[in-house]
Amino acid sequence: MALLTCQGVSLGYDGHEIVRGLNFEVNPGDYLCIVGENGSGKSTLMRTILGLQAPLGGKILTGDGLRQNEIGYLPQQTVVQKDFPASVREVVLSGCQNQMGLSPFYGREQKKRAADAIEKMGLSKLTKRCYRELSGGQQQRVLLARALCATQKLLLLDEPVAGLDPKVTAEMYGLIEQLNKDGVTVIMISHDIAAALQYADHILHVGKDVFFGTRDEYLRSDAGKFFLAQEKGGEA
Amino acid sequence: MFDKLAMYLQYPFVRYALIVGVLIALCSSLLGVTLVLKRFSFIGDGLSHVAFGAMTIAAVLNLTNNMLLILPITMVCAVLLLRTGQNTKIKGDAAVAMISVASLAFGYLLMNLFSTSSNLSGDVCTTLFGSTSILTLSQLEVWLCTALSVLVVILFIFFYNKIFSVTFDEAFARATGTKAGAYNLLLAIIIAVIIVLAMNLVGSLLISALVIFPALSAMRLFRSFKGVTICSAVLSVLCAALGILVSILEGTPVGSTIVAIDVAAFLLCWLTGLVTRKLRA
Repeated sequence: MALLTCQGVSLGYDGHEIVRGLNFEVNPGDYLCIVGENGSGKSTLMRTILGLQAPLGGKILTGDGLRQNEIGYLPQQTVVQKDFPASVREVVLSGCQNQMGLSPFYGREQKKRAADAIEKMGLSKLTKRCYRELSGGQQQRVLLARALCATQKLLLLDEPVAGLDPKVTAEMYGLIEQLNKDGVTVIMISHDIAAALQYADHILHVGKDVFFGTRDEYLRSDAGKFFLAQEKGGEA
Repeated sequence: MFDKLAMYLQYPFVRYALIVGVLIALCSSLLGVTLVLKRFSFIGDGLSHVAFGAMTIAAVLNLTNNMLLILPITMVCAVLLLRTGQNTKIKGDAAVAMISVASLAFGYLLMNLFSTSSNLSGDVCTTLFGSTSILTLSQLEVWLCTALSVLVVILFIFFYNKIFSVTFDEAFARATGTKAGAYNLLLAIIIAVIIVLAMNLVGSLLISALVIFPALSAMRLFRSFKGVTICSAVLSVLCAALGILVSILEGTPVGSTIVAIDVAAFLLCWLTGLVTRKLRA
């Protein structure tokens, strides 16, 4: 059974509909990239999958033993975080909060999990450093480690490379690819259509024309051709 | 000087003032870190003005126990301000300013229209600066304050990690299944209780300072949330105790003396922070 199934989902806020009739499913091990213009409803879709807002219509089903609190999330950075005094370890540990229930303190299991995530993201030397003093790429890796603490199954990434330079961007994509190969299902929002086509195996294009399918199908579709032509036009 | 201090400490009202002042300083500094980080530095000021407005309503209605009205109204406002989060039409600082100014204006208006007291400006001054009330505490008030403070500290320690998650990244906490709404509600209620309690005892000017200064001072020195929280609590307690002692010895107003010492501590921390950063760089 699919990890996540969207059936005829309509999205929007304040009763204002942006997208209607979204149908797609995500299977374990998939790497899905959501592309589309600004304001096309990519972030709204992600917020809806996460249960932060309700869909205007249709259904979002989780399956394969995935519970709502087993979705890891890499949000876009907020203003508050820019000067937040917190060590890397504290931030990563906070990802384990969803396993805590009402118990007040992190146990050995959570600390181990956080240490593993820190190790995986290559942050071992930075655990005591202050989050706000790290570079943009390091901060994203910290947030990714936190998301890994929350789940080993499904990660939702909201523009994980926004504002990063090309070298760090490539490193970030490499890390995400590695996670996907290790069996984590990835859903990523991206503006970077070239990278989406390079790494993802499924593409969801939201906008006036909704497209969902594998990468190869996307390359042959009208929506994909149009978007690619625009990209080329934009670069020329 | 110590003889003089020992002499003063024999009076129960001096001991009460010391106990209550230190406890309120402790509680407000614990929550201050979260409030400053959530961009709600001014909520202390805003809510105390709300409490002032509620107090005038209670006075006009001739309620004998005005706490019964003040506490719920302040709580509702605190919940409204903190609960809404990021998707509101009117953002945090504007919402706080709006509620604060409105209640101050309506409160003063009501007092003017239906005043029962002859010393109107004196009443207003007392609520804002709490000029003498911390030195006129009854034993019951001290017990009430102690019990509530202990409760606040226990709740804070128990929910420390959850408060951290919700403060650092509410969207993430909510998305991964933490009940962010419930913890925000809890925070709002605790804040309202502290502010109402503190306003009656030490005045609204002081409560704002107690929320902001220790947290900001600690942030100059420490880089982890735990470090900042502990430092802020210690700093706040020390400054409050020192402030009360100085005001007793020198006869200065309690509230403003504590605030002055908090400001001095902030400057000291800021300089220390600058120097250590230079040294490490």
